[in-house]
Amino acid sequence: MPEGLTEIQEAVAQAAATNTPLCIRGGGSKDFYGREPRGQVLATTSHTGIVAYEPSELVITARAGTPLRQISAQLDAAGQMLGFEPPQFDDNATIGGIVASGLSGSRRPYSGSVRDFVLGVQCINGRAEFLSFGGQVMKNVAGYDVSRLMTGALGTLGLITEVSMKVLPAPAQEMTLRCSVSADRAIKLFTEWARQPLPVSGASHVDGVLRVRLSGTEVGVAAARAALAAEEDPGGDDFWRRLGAQSIAFFNDSRPIWRLSVPSAAPALDVDGDLLIDWGGALRWLKTDADVEQIRDAATRCGGHATLFRGGDRRGAVFQPLSPVLLNWHQNLKQAFDPGGIFNPGRMYPEI
Amino acid sequence: MLLPTVLPALGALILTVLNPNLSRPELCAGSPTDEPSTMTEIRPAMTSQSTIALRESLATEFRNFLPADAVLSAYEDLAPYECDGLSAYRQAPMLAVLPDTVEQIQHVMRTCSARGVPVVARGAGTGLSGGALPLANGVLLSLAKFNRILEIDPDNRWARVQPGVRNLAISESVHALNLYYAPDPSSQIACSIGGNVAENAGGVHCLKYGLTVHNILKLDIVSVDGQRATIGADALDSAGYDLLALLTGSEGMLGIIVEVTVRLLPLPDVAKVIMAAFDDATQAGNGVAGIIGAGILPAGLEMMDNPAIRATEDFVHAGYPLDAEAILLCELDGTAAEVDAQIEQVSRVLNEHGASDVRVARDESERLRFWSGRKAAFPAVGRISPDYYCIDGTIPRRHLGTVLQRIAELSGEYGQRVANVFHAGDGNLHPLILYDGNKPGELARTEELGAKILELCIDVGGTITGEHGVGMEKIDQMCIQFDAKTLAQFHAVKAAFDSNGLLNPGKAVPTLARCAEFRAMHVHHGELPFPDLERF
Ligand SMILES: Cc1cc2nc3c(=O)[nH]c(=O)nc-3n(C[C@H](O)[C@H](O)[C@H](O)COP(=O)(O)OP(=O)(O)OC[C@H]3O[C@@H](n4cnc5c(N)ncnc54)[C@H](O)[C@@H]3O)c2cc1C
Repeated sequence: MPEGLTEIQEAVAQAAATNTPLCIRGGGSKDFYGREPRGQVLATTSHTGIVAYEPSELVITARAGTPLRQISAQLDAAGQMLGFEPPQFDDNATIGGIVASGLSGSRRPYSGSVRDFVLGVQCINGRAEFLSFGGQVMKNVAGYDVSRLMTGALGTLGLITEVSMKVLPAPAQEMTLRCSVSADRAIKLFTEWARQPLPVSGASHVDGVLRVRLSGTEVGVAAARAALAAEEDPGGDDFWRRLGAQSIAFFNDSRPIWRLSVPSAAPALDVDGDLLIDWGGALRWLKTDADVEQIRDAATRCGGHATLFRGGDRRGAVFQPLSPVLLNWHQNLKQAFDPGGIFNPGRMYPEI
Repeated sequence: MLLPTVLPALGALILTVLNPNLSRPELCAGSPTDEPSTMTEIRPAMTSQSTIALRESLATEFRNFLPADAVLSAYEDLAPYECDGLSAYRQAPMLAVLPDTVEQIQHVMRTCSARGVPVVARGAGTGLSGGALPLANGVLLSLAKFNRILEIDPDNRWARVQPGVRNLAISESVHALNLYYAPDPSSQIACSIGGNVAENAGGVHCLKYGLTVHNILKLDIVSVDGQRATIGADALDSAGYDLLALLTGSEGMLGIIVEVTVRLLPLPDVAKVIMAAFDDATQAGNGVAGIIGAGILPAGLEMMDNPAIRATEDFVHAGYPLDAEAILLCELDGTAAEVDAQIEQVSRVLNEHGASDVRVARDESERLRFWSGRKAAFPAVGRISPDYYCIDGTIPRRHLGTVLQRIAELSGEYGQRVANVFHAGDGNLHPLILYDGNKPGELARTEELGAKILELCIDVGGTITGEHGVGMEKIDQMCIQFDAKTLAQFHAVKAAFDSNGLLNPGKAVPTLARCAEFRAMHVHHGELPFPDLERF
């Protein structure tokens, strides 16, 4: 077995035998995310390395503890990228943590989410069994899609040890345009653009400024630029990176930050606070002291959901509460993978 | 070794391809099959007194809340449902019901749950792996009446539809809005969106636009005990586990899909197709890798080998070069400027990889003609052979050349012709094995050859099914692809939704006992190298 894996499996077996809750941790860059972590820390950082990468296959396979920066560098050298533009909150982010937290960046509405790119995972379940789901091929419907179920499950179903992901060719050309408009106007424009076949790969609005990123061939980007008629933002690349990392000024605030995932054309939400729009309207970041219920109502009324992303009370309901049928399925699935409830208990919901 | 409800042999795929009648259950009843004699033994479905009594009492119960013509119990009414697109596997259900409201489905499920009766959902019945094969002691739940498009939201670019809506009908209904639904299985004029979700169907355009799982937002599910739940959302994600992904491709084993919200995309400005001919199939395979390696993600990238080219050309006259060993069809879409630039680039790559002829369709009608051959390839092969059997496996692209070579060798060894027509860009193979079910032994040889090809896919790091599902057909190959612990975990997932195993039992995931038996047989024939190795 590769380095680190035996120790990890033994640690899980030990925890299962003694009913010890485990807090699975990669680089810790998302310690702030979800309900309060508890349990004995089990780090994946000793289990690193890119296992397979062949650019013409568009697939990379890496051990869970591999730092994102290492993967990005390797892909970059071959002119490829992770299509979901993973947000990198700090330098320590690991690929395992990225898959487990299921967060995607600004490219998400245009090229897909983390789970869209996951092709296979290897993991250890709560019985300390080593399992392998999916694979390294583009299409695979043998067995239930457990790889994608694990994605975004915040480690509550199993400890991911290795992932295979589809990667994309990096666009030949990228350009960011900007203009000053209101949030309402930005949503209207995003909606208009999304109904046309434009090579958009990012669309955000913050502090009165709309930015749209175009990606594609040189001629394709030039043609779209002419159609949109806005000025070029020379700092575009840096802006998108910092938006993903949440290091732009907007996120520097003492108020709780909420993540609202809504239908893209939903009007600006009727909640006091400051708003940042990403994903061409489908993602709204809200800085607010408003009441939890009011925020959740605003999100559900337009068909979406709200997550307390940073700050606030992490002992309460961080994620949108589930309907009774869904909660029951969640509890049954937890039972199916982790009968002793040792993996990240309560990190997502108190019941699982 | 096979379950008593399943025929011991795999037979003719009666594919009335691209025939709208496919959506109707007459597919089975009307197909001129060469049935092995064992088939008559299971007709009519049930004979035992207790099951006849159960049928009568269940039918009476169903008629309390369903119209009389929505409950079928006479054998002649059930016959049309006795198979899906894999027509050699046949079994009439105990009863068939055709509800037309979600409340009725809930009521059916509550009733069956309470009485411990298994339920098999059926969309259009075009599945190729026997997923919708009925059970002799079960209820067949047809979703055929759920054929309405409920709501279209052009600004948020989604359509909410009932599960029985045909795949193509969705794109047709939003065409005027300049939108479409991307996944386009070759069966798209017939197959239902509910069946697409249950199989995670793919199509020609999935290389760039993804499979069903990438193009749906929300499902309404009725659970085994009749509860209704929504998973996913009108937004791009939802809270909790990704049940949307788990339910997609679950082959009717976890819940009944009663509503689907699909994502719509703007129609591309321009689509152009290149046809490249090669003197050597391996070169064509390398051409595929070359295109992807050059950083281009075509909308579609399909390959046909010489037997497939000949059969097709004879049938639809698509303009394919008859002397080519293989052709590639590469479609590029986007804005006019972008497509022109990529056409040039792809043409260059194909020439560099030794294409003997590279042609860009001059206009829309030629583009459609080039595609017409690919789309009609299955029925075209059906014309040159009494029967054929469609295999579906995926491999890493870099093995395309060697795997095609090995399939050709196997074809020689078994004395069965094979035509290849497939989604090359995704590495998703569809070898079509030609055979004559009336010739003694051919069917068995075909079945064995098919199994060999699937094992070959596993050996090079691939999978036994890319898009057609496991169903009943590939249940034994699951034992090769997965180890016992992983299979046990699949069973635990199933139990999380259906603890009594009433939803499509016996499909998709083999029991461990079945696998033990299968492995013993397999090793006994000396066919499985290194039987002790774990196989993923
Ligand atoms: C000529 C031909 C070409 C094909 N080409 C392709 C192709 O290019 N790509 C591809 O992916 N497939 C292809 N297929 C296979 C088939 O069309 C797909 O698998 C399709 O998705 C099946 O849809 P259906 O409505 O016919 O489902 P059915 O055959 O009726 O059912 C398939 C499975 O789904 C379950 N199911 C159906 N509806 C529901 C529901 N509402 N809720 C829960 N479970 C349900 C059934 O129980 C069964 O297990 C082709 C088939 C043919 C005959």
